[in-house]
Amino acid sequence: MNVVIIKYNAGNIHSVVHGLRRIGVEPLVTDDKALIRAADKVIFPGVGEASSTMAYLREHGLDTLIKSLTQPVLGICIGLQLMCRHSEEGDTACLGIFDADVKRFLPQRHEDKVPHMGWNTLTNLQTPLFEGVGTGDYVYYVHSYYAAFCEQTIARTDYLHPYSAALHKDNFFATQFHPEKSSVAGERVLTNFMQL
Amino acid sequence: MLAKRIIPCLDVKDGQTVKGVNFVNFRHAGDPVELGHQYSIQGADELVFLDITASHEGRKTFVDMVRKVADRVSIPFTVGGGINELKDVDVLLNAGADKVSINSAALRNPGLIDEVSAHFGSQVCVVAIDANLEDNLWRCYLNGGRIPTDKDLFGWAREAQERGAGEILFISMTHDGVKKGYPNEALATLADNLNIPVIASGGAGKREHFRDAFQLGKADAALAASVFHFGEISIPELKTYLKNEGVTVRL
Repeated sequence: MNVVIIKYNAGNIHSVVHGLRRIGVEPLVTDDKALIRAADKVIFPGVGEASSTMAYLREHGLDTLIKSLTQPVLGICIGLQLMCRHSEEGDTACLGIFDADVKRFLPQRHEDKVPHMGWNTLTNLQTPLFEGVGTGDYVYYVHSYYAAFCEQTIARTDYLHPYSAALHKDNFFATQFHPEKSSVAGERVLTNFMQL
Repeated sequence: MLAKRIIPCLDVKDGQTVKGVNFVNFRHAGDPVELGHQYSIQGADELVFLDITASHEGRKTFVDMVRKVADRVSIPFTVGGGINELKDVDVLLNAGADKVSINSAALRNPGLIDEVSAHFGSQVCVVAIDANLEDNLWRCYLNGGRIPTDKDLFGWAREAQERGAGEILFISMTHDGVKKGYPNEALATLADNLNIPVIASGGAGKREHFRDAFQLGKADAALAASVFHFGEISIPELKTYLKNEGVTVRL
């Protein structure tokens, strides 16, 4: 299978490469549009800041390319946020694939730490992406911004309040958590994505 | 609910774990990659690998090990030891590490924290602090506890946070190796003073010590080495115990 990871100005892409190797997939990391279009599966990962990553995608024509893809696409972390309509981070207009807006976590008490970092649970799981993953299974998060609930929410996590742990529309899937760092549950999500 | 994290720490020299490791039925205890994998299967939430090699050759071996860990282990891991400049961080993150722990280099050059967090994000930047309790002052030390400084734990941790540290790893030299519990009072003060996660290190000897670090010390994570390496405490049993004591853990 031909799996491409979109190369752009976001960090943490290496850990996704390693995560895919662990499930027996050797991905190609590229920003070549023809190669991305020709892939069987496309992964749009990364850790970064919304306005600078979005500006980079526009400058390189990757914004229109991503929206036009028809094969299964998996956004991870900032990838999920950039696939939403708008992000509060840098007041950024995003790709608008999902009908959700991205907001910053607002701590209510001193103990409420931002970023939300560590292991938290999944509930309300939907779609074959979560086949074999159970309600209450833990996944690993590192993020300060979250996507609100919308009709495309396919998994929920509670931190300060409920938010979208994952989203789905047509061929587009995205997780706010890092499946490549989420032990058995995360490997299951990656494997499920490869079988879509 | 966000889970409290249990973190085994492995000291690595020339590609091999040091300090005796005494796992029942485990033949690869000297291999940090296999040992890390074993801990992840047992339910460790994160791993820390500290390079205690001084030589250039040992350094290369460590980076190779980081790459192998990334290919084998499906939980986040932090690497530390010998990180002096941005370039060192870049090499380790490229090899697949999720976070780096900086200690003496940050005390000598606090601007390194700003640089690392600006280039790679706060989430990769763990600032480790070796501190010893002396006349009611938690004094920070350089070089693994060999050289005292004028800085105190609380002031330095606050500065590190303001410069962009993503987490504070507080290693109590006073409690390390004594196995009588973590410095819960100082941990709670840190938690009250900071709004980034605090990792407790130094003093674990019994399961109760972990509970107290979370409940009294308000720590977000607890790190330990020998109690895990020597099989004195197994991670699955520890987590079941903590859950029964009302601590949120990933099981």
